[in-house]
Amino acid sequence: MELKNLATRIYRPIIPEVEGRNMVLAGLVIVTIVILMAIFADLIAPYDPTKFAGKPLSPPSLNNPMGTDNLGRDILSRVIHGSRVVLLVVFAASMVSMSIGVPIGLISGFFGGKLDRAISMIMDSMYAFPSLILAIAIAAVLGPSVLNAVVAISVVYVPTYFRMIRGQTLSLKSRLFVEAARAAGAGNFRIMRKYIFPNLVTTVIVVFSLSVADAILTEAGLSFLGFIVTAPTPDWGFDLSSGRPYLPSGYWWMITFPGFMVMLLALGFALIGEGLSELYAPRRER
Amino acid sequence: MASLKAYIATRALMVLPTVIILLTLVFFILRILPGDPIASLVGQKVPPEVLEKLREEAGLNKPIIVQYGEYLYNIFHGDFGRSMIWGKRPVISEIMDRFPATVELTIFGFIFSVLIGIITGSIAAFRRGSKLDASMRVYSIIAYSLFIPWFGMVLQMIFGVYLQAFPIGGRISPGVEPEKITGLYVLDSLISLNFEALSSSFLHLLLPSITLGIVLSGAYTRLVRNNLIDVLSQDYITAYRSRGVKNSKIAIHAMKNAFIPVITLMGLQFAILLAGAVLTETTFSWPGMGTFLLERIQYRDYTSVQGAIVFYALFVALISLVVDVIYALIDPRIRY
Repeated sequence: MELKNLATRIYRPIIPEVEGRNMVLAGLVIVTIVILMAIFADLIAPYDPTKFAGKPLSPPSLNNPMGTDNLGRDILSRVIHGSRVVLLVVFAASMVSMSIGVPIGLISGFFGGKLDRAISMIMDSMYAFPSLILAIAIAAVLGPSVLNAVVAISVVYVPTYFRMIRGQTLSLKSRLFVEAARAAGAGNFRIMRKYIFPNLVTTVIVVFSLSVADAILTEAGLSFLGFIVTAPTPDWGFDLSSGRPYLPSGYWWMITFPGFMVMLLALGFALIGEGLSELYAPRRER
Repeated sequence: MASLKAYIATRALMVLPTVIILLTLVFFILRILPGDPIASLVGQKVPPEVLEKLREEAGLNKPIIVQYGEYLYNIFHGDFGRSMIWGKRPVISEIMDRFPATVELTIFGFIFSVLIGIITGSIAAFRRGSKLDASMRVYSIIAYSLFIPWFGMVLQMIFGVYLQAFPIGGRISPGVEPEKITGLYVLDSLISLNFEALSSSFLHLLLPSITLGIVLSGAYTRLVRNNLIDVLSQDYITAYRSRGVKNSKIAIHAMKNAFIPVITLMGLQFAILLAGAVLTETTFSWPGMGTFLLERIQYRDYTSVQGAIVFYALFVALISLVVDVIYALIDPRIRY
């Protein structure tokens, strides 16, 4: 390897900033399109997603651009309307886990001591447990419904917020500006609110985007297993499982589109999260 | 060496609180959450006497604290209760029937994910900054966003339905099961030199484990790439280069050092692997723990549901112990 190459290897930032920005942009475009789709579903969708719209199991055509399912419903309309449940469940659940995980992480990391050790241990145990199985257990006990899915998914993601926020708080609280604030007579809660929390905002946004991406896959998984909606409500994960029996006969359009949307939406949030963390994360950590 | 033993002993002791926390969590979810588990599992239309009898059968009619004590006591004695349906077999033997299938799937899924991750990550690192590197980055994010049932079905569609190259469900063709030794079909048929069973079980295993492997490989791709880049910019690599050591030799040295953090990730990924296995099993009708759990939820077999979840918890705790011990064996800096 020539010397010049070696020098660029060492001194060029590992990921060019442009790339991080492009990732965020691409993610935002995807997410915005899906959100608009959910809001204006009634206007965009060519048919009622729960009504007969053509010969059952007909392949994509001009009348039904994504074909029809086994009950003759228009798959495109179901895909458009299907964005509603997943966005609702995932946003609501993420808000709940964020508003539990962030304060607990902040307080636990700031005060330390025995309480911190106890909470961390509980959170770490929960974090180690497979998220989907935990969500299945909760959803199975509570019964299948949209609200119960929100509960199940929000419990699962509390430790994610907790761990990130606690870690950041630990490193922030020993910084000089916190000491200066303390010397100037600021109390514990004032320090947390005015000095530490503002520095956590980027972390919270990054963790939010990444955990939403993950929560979308968990929601789709729960829905696929029948723990969220019942027929005839359109939902991507659920529709995918209704298409499954028709796969061996080659009706590819029943599974292709709903599952693709799950991936696309998860990808959108993952791109936002990854891009942001590349733009804002400390260089050393890459 | 003494300190290594001390580390392993301390780490093993630390499993106990983790296990108790997890078991308490499971207990809390199944018994204390609002809603009667039996009623929600059985449905509303059952007469109260029947509900009462089922409650008694599952030990749910005692005070909650007594239930908790009995629950922990029984689990630590390896007693998971008896299934509430069919032959009312002990739950643990029902689980043991299904567990090997999950182990087989996760082992192969794991191998694929690490292999794909190392290959893609090393390509990206050695061709850093190139188009190839960028496409590997895109790959790692897309792989992470794949929805397992969908990806699995797309593979079933292409390789099972159109190309007819692989079976699209089950563990093995009926009638050719190898003699049971470990319960892992591939291993059992190798031991008993039953090549028909070997090829059948391997063909059945391929699509599900590739599905699981690809979805999990994204995290490895990125970690391997970033670690390799870090290591490649270290002084000792520059020193090798200046002495004219061959690139291939440098690559081997660099890769050795880049892999230590990958082992930590293997531990972290394990929970994701198990969760992914539940969806993979459902997609490929794989008779493992995940399908067992879901099937028993459907049959409203409360004790089996609890047993399966508890078993997952114990398994997770055990694996995290094993990973930490392996890590300590490899990295001499980790000691108490």
